[in-house]
Amino acid sequence: MSGPSIYQPQSKVLQWLEKRLPIGGLIHSSFIAYPTPRNLNYWWTFGGILSFMLGVQIITGIVLTMHYTPQVDLAFKSVETIMRDVNYGWLLRYVHANGAAMFFLAVYIHMFRGIYYGSYKEPREVLWILGVIIYLLMMSTGFMGYVLVWGQMSFWAATVITNLFSAIPGIGEPIVSWLWGGYAVGNPTLNRFFSLHYLLPFVIAGVVVLHVWALHVTGQNNPTGVEPKSDKDTLPFTPYATVKDAFFMACYCIVFAWFVFYIPNFLGHADNYIPANPAVTPTHIVPEWYYLPFYAILRAIPDKLLGVLALGGSIVILAFLPWLDTSPVRSARYRPLFRQFFWLFVIVCVGLGWLGSKPPEGIYVILARIFTVYYFAFFIIILPLLGIFEKTKPLPNSISESVLGAKA
Amino acid sequence: MNKTIIALSLAGLISAAVPAAAQESDTPQPPRLKWSFSGPFGKYDEAQLQRGFKVYREVCANCHSIEMLSFRNLSDPGGLGFSDAQVVAVAAEYKVKDIDDLGNPVERAGRPADHFPAPFANELAAKAQFGVAPPDMSTLAKARTYERGFPWFLFDMITQYQEQGPDYIAALLKGYEEAPKDFQLPPNGNYNKFFPGHNIAMPPPLQAGQVTFDDGSPQTLEQYAKDVAAFMVWAAEPHMVARKRIGFQVMIFLIVLAGLLYFSKKKVWSGVH
Repeated sequence: MSGPSIYQPQSKVLQWLEKRLPIGGLIHSSFIAYPTPRNLNYWWTFGGILSFMLGVQIITGIVLTMHYTPQVDLAFKSVETIMRDVNYGWLLRYVHANGAAMFFLAVYIHMFRGIYYGSYKEPREVLWILGVIIYLLMMSTGFMGYVLVWGQMSFWAATVITNLFSAIPGIGEPIVSWLWGGYAVGNPTLNRFFSLHYLLPFVIAGVVVLHVWALHVTGQNNPTGVEPKSDKDTLPFTPYATVKDAFFMACYCIVFAWFVFYIPNFLGHADNYIPANPAVTPTHIVPEWYYLPFYAILRAIPDKLLGVLALGGSIVILAFLPWLDTSPVRSARYRPLFRQFFWLFVIVCVGLGWLGSKPPEGIYVILARIFTVYYFAFFIIILPLLGIFEKTKPLPNSISESVLGAKA
Repeated sequence: MNKTIIALSLAGLISAAVPAAAQESDTPQPPRLKWSFSGPFGKYDEAQLQRGFKVYREVCANCHSIEMLSFRNLSDPGGLGFSDAQVVAVAAEYKVKDIDDLGNPVERAGRPADHFPAPFANELAAKAQFGVAPPDMSTLAKARTYERGFPWFLFDMITQYQEQGPDYIAALLKGYEEAPKDFQLPPNGNYNKFFPGHNIAMPPPLQAGQVTFDDGSPQTLEQYAKDVAAFMVWAAEPHMVARKRIGFQVMIFLIVLAGLLYFSKKKVWSGVH
């Protein structure tokens, strides 16, 4: 059962097609015979969940576009019309809005899993960097989608975020006007955001193909971080990984449905049900929850330019992770010190998220500064030094030994 | 050591949060009311929505538009439960601006497909009286809330408490008071203990006995405030009943599906581990 098999179509039609375009063989080797480490845990199901979420967002998004009007006087009304007068429009919109949140939740779990098990290490650097690119694209797509609602928070988030570019010395102001298509966030801004919000998901889909391709070249990492050595260490993707992915995807959908049907506005902001008004600034301008950690980093630094650089740096630094982490051991299972710093890093990220939702004053600023320092120290100081000083635990000889040997 | 770090940082977070939350403002939290539409099986109370609509028509509509709403919505399932004939009758009581066949501006009686006409011709006219344009009421119940704070917002995810909007609105309508002596209330301002900053442009809109209820419900400020808040929730979320009903079906489907997949997974993997 294990190991790759050679695809031999049964039907005459498929045999005919296979000689001309071996697409059946590609699918077979990628999603059926593809060998997966036999010890993958449920944290590995999030790759499949992410593909599913991208599909959900693209399908609901395309249908929403059929009813949406990207014009400053009509955008908010058209969204409300979708909610009221389009058949199941409320369902489409709530799935799309909460789907974005569930997409980000899944990507964060996926990324933390990658860090915990050292999935970015040689030979998976390109796989990891492609993932960082997907994440960046997701962030810009999500941000522009949020603006399309054209509520108060949409408008002011757009103003604040685009204004970040004005911190660039000299050319900052012209860049911001260029982004806006005018001297303030207005109709041209909304139009281009709409255009890009429709385009970028397909770019994401393209990079996802590269990401999966790179994955299938190197093979998956696994909880031991030891590469598969024999057929005993792997299982074919179908049925083993497919059924496991499907089960966990159904569980994830239960959480998703909970938000969509029971608390659809929980993750949103009340102010976004007020139509955009350039003359009234909301008391607190906050982004969607999935940007809050970065927002906290931005505001933790008193200087605007340095704040923007820190914000950008906090994301870009992820791409250098394969070289910042100097330890030859992949999995945190065998890295006792790294494991502690990792969990502290998770707490710091969640803490930054909470601080991002608070006004930038008093104790919140102080905490945000401490957390920001740790965020960067984790990458720049802790990871490089750990590789040198950490005493790692002995690795198992093979995956099958770690799985079956423990039981025997 | 791992656990110590976690415990210390959590303790630090909480001790930091408590004094910060206490000094945040002197605005009290609105009391939590019982709503027929809360929870996973919540439904609108037809009689309450009809009473709320009556309060809206007779009081709120003098200043507040509700432009996303059409007369036909009054007979939508899961809402006020008006008959088609009642909708036609209600619509006919309104005057709607239109253009006749010769292109002349006319005012005609409303039809079910018309939206509720706004009380003011434009935003400036709306602003003229109180200095602030009265907000449109179509989405207001979702646009108003109050801060729950950590850790309550986490529990709200599980308990499905999402009636912050109507709780706040009902409290606000009853929250008018004499301003404290040391409070600088600008002329034409009104003091409301639930309004952020306390200085609200809207004068106290409701008094007991102002609107007649035909169903014997008490004609008190308490009742008016609650009923109109419920009506506003319906206006903001007219498909809520369908949403929760479908949600329950989807949940059952997903739980059964997950169960079947769980046992399939066990079966498939049984020979491996």
